[in-house]
Amino acid sequence: MLAAPALALGAAADDVHPIPSMFDPVSPPAEMIRGLSFLVMGIAAGILVAVSGVLFWCVWRYRARPGDDREPPQVYGSDQIEWSWTIVPVLLVLVLFLATWRTIDEIEASEPPPGSLHVTIVGHQWWWEIRYPDLGVVTANELHLPVSADGARRPTYLTLESADVIHSFWIPQLAGKMDVVPNRTNRLWVEPRATGTFVGQCAEYCGTQHAKMLLRVTVHEPQDFERWAAAQRAPAASDASVAEGRAIFQSTACINCHALDGTVADGSFGPDLTHLMSRATIGAGAAANTPENLRAWIEDPHTFKPGVLMPAMKLDDQQIDSLTAFLVTLR
Amino acid sequence: MTVLDEGIARPREDEARAGAWSKVHDWAVTVDHKKLGVMYVVSALGFFLIAGLEASLMRIQLAFPNNDFLPPTTFNRLFTMHGTTMVFLVGMPMFFGMANYLTPLMIGARDLAFPRLNSFGFWLFLFGGLLLYFSFLGGDGLYGAGTAPDVGWFAYSPLTGRAFSRGNSTDYWILGILVSGLGSTATALNIATTIVTMRCPGMTYLKMPLFVWLMLVNCILTLVILTPLTAAQVMLLFDRFLGAHFFDTQAGGSAVLWQHFFWFFGHPEVYVLILPAFAIANEVVPVFSRKPLFGYPFMVGATVMIGFISLSVWAHHMFVVGLSPAANTFFAASTMAIAVPTGIKIFNWLGTMWGGKIRFRMPMLWCTAFVFSFVIAGLTGVMLAVVPWDFQLSDSYFVVAHFHFVLIGGLLFNIFAAIYYWYPKVTGRMLSERLGRLHFWTFATGFYVTFLTMHFPGLLGMPRRIYTYDAGRGWDELNLISSLGVAVQAVGLLFFVWNLLWSLRNGEHAGDDPWDAWTLEWATTSPPPEYNFEQIPVVHSRRPLWDLKHPQDPDWKYE
Amino acid sequence: MTAAPGTMHAPQPPPLPATWELPSKGRVGMAGLIVTESSFFAIFVVAYLFYVGKSLTGPYPADVLELPILSSICLLSSSVTIVLAVRALRAGSVRTFGAWWLATILLGLEFLIGTGIEWHGLIYEHGLTIGTNLFGTTFYSLVGFHALHVLVGLLLLTLVLLFTAFGKLHAGHAERAEILSWYWHFVDTVWIVVFTVVYVIGV
Repeated sequence: MLAAPALALGAAADDVHPIPSMFDPVSPPAEMIRGLSFLVMGIAAGILVAVSGVLFWCVWRYRARPGDDREPPQVYGSDQIEWSWTIVPVLLVLVLFLATWRTIDEIEASEPPPGSLHVTIVGHQWWWEIRYPDLGVVTANELHLPVSADGARRPTYLTLESADVIHSFWIPQLAGKMDVVPNRTNRLWVEPRATGTFVGQCAEYCGTQHAKMLLRVTVHEPQDFERWAAAQRAPAASDASVAEGRAIFQSTACINCHALDGTVADGSFGPDLTHLMSRATIGAGAAANTPENLRAWIEDPHTFKPGVLMPAMKLDDQQIDSLTAFLVTLR
Repeated sequence: MTVLDEGIARPREDEARAGAWSKVHDWAVTVDHKKLGVMYVVSALGFFLIAGLEASLMRIQLAFPNNDFLPPTTFNRLFTMHGTTMVFLVGMPMFFGMANYLTPLMIGARDLAFPRLNSFGFWLFLFGGLLLYFSFLGGDGLYGAGTAPDVGWFAYSPLTGRAFSRGNSTDYWILGILVSGLGSTATALNIATTIVTMRCPGMTYLKMPLFVWLMLVNCILTLVILTPLTAAQVMLLFDRFLGAHFFDTQAGGSAVLWQHFFWFFGHPEVYVLILPAFAIANEVVPVFSRKPLFGYPFMVGATVMIGFISLSVWAHHMFVVGLSPAANTFFAASTMAIAVPTGIKIFNWLGTMWGGKIRFRMPMLWCTAFVFSFVIAGLTGVMLAVVPWDFQLSDSYFVVAHFHFVLIGGLLFNIFAAIYYWYPKVTGRMLSERLGRLHFWTFATGFYVTFLTMHFPGLLGMPRRIYTYDAGRGWDELNLISSLGVAVQAVGLLFFVWNLLWSLRNGEHAGDDPWDAWTLEWATTSPPPEYNFEQIPVVHSRRPLWDLKHPQDPDWKYE
Repeated sequence: MTAAPGTMHAPQPPPLPATWELPSKGRVGMAGLIVTESSFFAIFVVAYLFYVGKSLTGPYPADVLELPILSSICLLSSSVTIVLAVRALRAGSVRTFGAWWLATILLGLEFLIGTGIEWHGLIYEHGLTIGTNLFGTTFYSLVGFHALHVLVGLLLLTLVLLFTAFGKLHAGHAERAEILSWYWHFVDTVWIVVFTVVYVIGV
């Protein structure tokens, strides 16, 4: 019974677009930006060809010939020429400005239509907390969204906040970046038109592990998204065979930073672990989420992500085995 | 003092040989603008080599995905020190060094207005820089936490707050820059005063060499923007040491306020760095094209416009912090507007070359490469001003490539031009043209390989300031090519340094005026005597030496 | 005259104006200093205005600030006395100069004492320090930097007073005294801005 949805989820999750190219957009803001960028690049290419053409012509035509020591005619300037090469750039700049203005309005000024999904993203050093207030879902680092179609639009409005320093939320294929600033709320909207997994990462330097603060966005068919949300809402798995690991979890420092539904753990410095194994990576993209990596991570996260705020847990081998066995049940 | 027409100095050769110690003493206590100018430039070159080494280490780390050549903490310190050094300890002192050495000579003065203040400014700059670098030793030694600063050269709060930056590394960043900034303010004040009050008879504002005009605008700009940085740094110090809350987001403070303050300084600062490059091109391009600069009054106007507009563009560094659409639109407009006077400058250099007889000696080679690179830099700059596109490009490697085109292809190429052009004046010897060409072709090729390539990982979503990246994102080969280009640049720099040292003893004797140039510095000996001119010259046009050399057809008939 | 080839038949340039006078170094230098200092204060003023009403906890400006009327009158009138002093010096009357100059110093001193009393009250009665809230942070830094400039001005003025007392000053120093008075006027002008921002707009 569980196999079917897992398979469906897997389809979108496995269809990873590894190159976060802004020229391969799948969502309106990114598409508008690409359209504008083509206009700008066209104008820029024209200017480059014209100006460098004149430059190379001068270099070739007016180079000094050997033996010719006479001074060339001394020309001091020309007001007509000056005004003409002032006015042409002014006109070009005006075109660029008007195009920019229009696109700013289209991207920044749009209001959420009814039926939009709302998601709150909280930046932490160095991971992303992801909350779906309407769905009662809390997860980390991997954002799941429904796909939008012409007849059935499902745009998502993101509320961006920070728990510590400035970060920046950037999935190039979905939208431009938006900074995640403490003591300030920023907004961003995306509306993916294709299923699959799209990647991005923090784009504002935020300290030691800025480089490993990665983002994955998995876009599902609407029914798969509902299924994913339902699975995330479900209580944490409670498997009697791993009671020992569970006890270790509850009696060590894990609970100070992590939350785990159904236990005493309700920390907020680290990612929520209730459905840990539903995520593809650990450490905000530092490693694939396999039992072996998870075990190594608990033993010493700094081997994957030097400087990460989670300390090495200093447990003995057997304790780590039990703890890992417990954590891998958290589907 | 009698004022003689065309009275050009002939110094006496009466400089006695002195012992090594007394030479050191002479340089340490000197208030001569020429010695201080040389010390500025030499210190800047020293810091340049250090910062270049830091860049090379970073490029080795980034050559391959998941590389572990450097740990993240070291990488973060390196890019912080690289950026801080290049802006404050290379770009600024290069500007002050050139302005110091050349301005009095070009306006026919014997020294700056306040020679002792000049010396004070230099030593503040140098010790500020040394203080910053002392952090590599002192940061650990004093508190046992942190060494060099690792907060990035624009040091965004609240990452610089006590809570996120423990130890003293950030304090070294603040104090080093604050101290050298005070020195820069003093020197800017000094040079501006010199230009306003000490021009030789006949040199009205519209007869000053454009180099001097640009230095004047630049000094005034420095006076307006540098103390705001000092003020913001003082606030940060208050936050860190007195428990104030200027940038403390936990107490209602604003993280964005620091960005406004910093970029109110930081963006005009980019113009403070690039205007000297324009100033150099304004001297070199006419002399080697054998024509006067095309459209002098328009060049002056464009410079003043750039100075003014540059004060209203700062928030284009902040398009992604969530400003209102109205603010974003305004700053897009002002940023694009500045492209117009910048374009006018480029067109006027082309107009100067057009119809000339261009001699491609080393200074002109660099200036030509500068014009081409700067067109590219300007166009990518306009792309970044297109706000929605900036939502993608901001803080990506595209930005890194853009500003290296500005600061290397724009500024550094022209600093090379200036060194080839004025080295004969400063030392009395020509730099080797053969080594110069090796330097030019290797360095320029390496630069294009590294930085033209660097635009593309940005377009493919690579953010700046990451110490490593995963394989398979489309960035691998591009980064490797960028890193290989650095090796080529390094070879070019070796030719350059070798040329500087070798030519000091073995270069051809330059004579007073090796380039057949037209401004007053070429009227005195190479090197000039301490008093510059035996008699204060009198000028009638923008090219006093042209008038001297062509008495039948002087410039003042046409200006 | 150093002759260049062909000088004999060359056209002669139009004569230069008979006198070639440029502004004095001291005036231009002081003007530059005032520009750069204004920039410095502008940032603190902007920070103050930005944080008006944003303190999370008290004490708030309306609770604790009183208009420093007497101090302000003293500081502003010191701008008048220093003008009178410079005028006297230019007229050659060193004794009158000394009297007005001393008056300027005393008025400036009164201002500093006023600030000291105000701060003492804020710190010990109202418990407001630089770390208390955003108001304290911006208030002490803005008002403090102004007071620091008054202090520096007073030291310079006192130095001149000592020269006067030892009879080293004469009418030839009038321009220098005037340039120093520019700085003092600048400090006064800043006070007008600070007064408006802190005691009028910010309350």
